[in-house]
Order: sequence, then structure tokens, then C-alpha cells
Amino acid sequence: MSKKNYKLQARDLNAYYGNFHALKGINIGMEEKAVTAFIGPSGCGKSTFLRTFNRMNDFIDGFRTEGDILLDGKDIYDKNIRVDELRKEVGMVFQKPNPFPKSIFENVVYGLKIQGIKNKAVLEETAEKSLRQAALWEEVKDNLNKSALALSGGQQQRLCIARALAISPSVLLMDEPASALDPISSAKIEELIYELKHEYTIVIVTHNMQQAGRVSDYTAFFYIGELVEFSKTRTLFTSPSDTRTQNYITGRFG
Amino acid sequence: MPHIDVEMKALQDKLLEMWDLVEYQLAGGREALLNQDVVLAEKIMKLGRKVNRYDIKIDRQCENFIALFNPLAVDLRQVLASLKINNNLERIGDTAEGISRIVTKLKEPIPQELLDATRTSEMYEKALFMFSSTRKVFLSSNTAEARLILKQDKLLNKIYRQSDKVLAKYLREHPEQIEVGLHLYNLIKKLERVGDQTTNIAEEIIFYRDAKVVRHRVKKKKKGS
Repeated sequence: MSKKNYKLQARDLNAYYGNFHALKGINIGMEEKAVTAFIGPSGCGKSTFLRTFNRMNDFIDGFRTEGDILLDGKDIYDKNIRVDELRKEVGMVFQKPNPFPKSIFENVVYGLKIQGIKNKAVLEETAEKSLRQAALWEEVKDNLNKSALALSGGQQQRLCIARALAISPSVLLMDEPASALDPISSAKIEELIYELKHEYTIVIVTHNMQQAGRVSDYTAFFYIGELVEFSKTRTLFTSPSDTRTQNYITGRFG
Repeated sequence: MPHIDVEMKALQDKLLEMWDLVEYQLAGGREALLNQDVVLAEKIMKLGRKVNRYDIKIDRQCENFIALFNPLAVDLRQVLASLKINNNLERIGDTAEGISRIVTKLKEPIPQELLDATRTSEMYEKALFMFSSTRKVFLSSNTAEARLILKQDKLLNKIYRQSDKVLAKYLREHPEQIEVGLHLYNLIKKLERVGDQTTNIAEEIIFYRDAKVVRHRVKKKKKGS
């Protein structure tokens, strides 16, 4: 791997769930302010890999890693790293929208409040900025005290993105963020990703090939714990170099 | 066979049927020319309408395929190549029609002496051979053979480039043949186009099989040579 300054990098990364070898010798470097898509069949390790970047796997019994995961060149598994600080830097959005059973406003500022910020003006300003970035502000600005659970699925997902953005991360991890949404809401999330990449480094797991094609700059194809191919999205989707990649993206697997 | 392969095969079959039609037009044009067979020439011209229907049908099939299957990688390249191959086949069909039209305009057969001097028969045979070879390559996906077809086009270009001088010389000696000479020059030009269009098809086959673009390649001259 070159000495380029990557925002996120994995070096000889192996990961295990007990005896199960989930990730095998992964080497990859992801550029700052670019969108990288992870694709591959279920169980190939892409979500596991995504979750190593904010140490979400730490909660899982028997999970362990070997090798390095670097954020801005620093090993995030280093014992001096505070996980709560790491997660401020690396935000995450999940497949199913998971707003808290609170108001829209409270959802967005939740992370800030946990950090001890109480200044109302700061909270309001951040809430508006984050909701605008998540392209939700115009739809909810008059109902900020309404329950988040009353929003539609697509709006809830954008709220979750606003919540992730409120704590000013530099990286956004998205695990199938649009797979539970209708095509219109899904298109909104895609537009949003396209806008957000000017400010954030985004990694997205998706099962939708066309979506990966539309939103990402780079695509990584995973298969049985291995990183089979990583290249510019337009190259990977038009002339992949590995037969396994070709078989997967053209739907001829197995 | 996966659904996408069934549809792709249907597209390929349609393209091959069109290929056969155009090959018949081109080979028939040669027969009509050599035997001054006006009836055959007219039959070939009529076939143009059928080829046009194939052209529209294949375009539509490609459009549907892209819309419904969102093809990627080799599938995407194949459907894009199919569009262009279809377009080139249709134009070769047009050219064959044009050759037949020339036959219907000729009042008498082109003198053998003139055909030999301009190397028209040789050119026609080469064009036909190249055309039928691309069909074989399309089926076998043998891109090494496709690359050989590209090289064969050089002969057609060479004959075409020399034809004006040869014709001019002949016509100076036989000014009464001026009309035949003009028709023949037109015909040679058309054969040169067939070579180009056949080359385009071979290039598309290389594109979709090997993901390599070989169009518009200019050979760099070695220094000192």
C-alpha cells in the first residue's frame, strides 16, 4: 500500500468471532471526502469491516482483531484511544431508522447533550444546521417538538443522519441506509450522500448495485471475508478485473 | 440458464439473423454485379426494408434489456456493443443495396479488363470474407481472430487509394466508358466503406469480450524508422 495519506486505512486486518475467521488480511485505504461502497453477498464480512471503524464490534463476545485500523494515520484500537471520542469522529447510520422515542429536536441534539452542552442557542443552531444538511429542515422546521416516531420512514432515516452529523464527525459509516425505504426516500438519501461527501468521508454498505454505482467514488467487493477487488466505481462496474466480482455484480454467482 | 442470459441470447440470435440477411445482400450484390443480374439486384434492394425492421427491433430489444436488467460489466458492454453492431450491420445492408442499385443502372457488364485493373473482384471477395469472419468471431468470442480482421482492412484501403489513378488511366484510353467508370469508382468506394464498417464490428467484439477499446488507434512510428 502506498504512503498516501488516507482518511481510513486497514493494514493486514484479520477479525474473528471466536473461531470464525470473518475478515482475512484486509488491506485498503480510503480517501478523505470520498464515498466508498462495500458490496458483497450476505455474510462476506462487509458489515463487520464497516463496524471496525468505530469499534462497534467491541460489544460482541469473542470478537477480536489483528492488524491495524487507522483513522487519520492513528490506530483506533490503540489502548490510549477513548472509544467515545472515536465515535464522535466516526458517526454511524443503520439500515432501519432508529430514532429515539423523543421529539425531533431532542433526537438531533441528543449527542450534544450527552457531551454536556446545555446552551440553548448552541443546541438550536446545531439542530437547524444538521437538519438542513440532512435535507429535512424544510419538512420539520415547524414541528420540531413533534415525536420523531410520527415521521415517515424516509424522514426518520434523514433524522438519524442529522443526529449523526450534529456531533460533527469527519467520517460517516452507513450500513444499508436506504434498503428499508421506498424509491423516492431512497433517492433523497442518495442525493444527500452526494452532497455530504463535500464535507465528510463516507463509507456505505449496500446490496443495491445501482445505488453503489450512483453514489460512490470507489467500490470494494468482499467475498467470504476477503477483499477481492477495490477500485474506482466506474471501473469496477464496467470492467472488473476479478471473475468473482464480475459474477457477483452481474448476478451469476454460484 | 439465468433469465438475463436467456434475454441476452434472444438479442444475440436476432443480431445473427440480421447478420445472415446482410451477408446475403452483400454476397448477392457480388453475384448481381459479376453476372449483370438486374433481377437479383432488385431483390436485394427490396430486402433492405426487412433489414430496417430488424434494425428497429434490435434497438428496441437493447433498450428494454438496459431498462429491465440494469446490466453491468460484460453484460453492459455486450448490450452496448450490440447496439453499435446493429447500427453497422444496417449500414452495410444499405451499402449492399447501393451496390445493387449500381448494377441496375449499368447498361452492360463492367469489362473484365477494368475489374482486373482496379482489383475490384479481389476487393469484393476480401470484404465478403472479412464480413463473414466477424460473424464467426461474434459466435466464438475469439478476439485474437477479431484483431486479424482489423489488419485485413488495410488491403481494401490500399486498393481504394490506388483505384482513382488506375481508373483515370483506363478512361483516358477508353473515353466512351466514362459512365461505367464513374459507377465503378462509386462501387469501389462503397466496398471500402464495407471494410470500415466490418472493422467497426470487429472492434465492438473486442470491446465487449476484452474490455479494451481499439477504435481510433494510431500506430506510433518508431523513432529512426
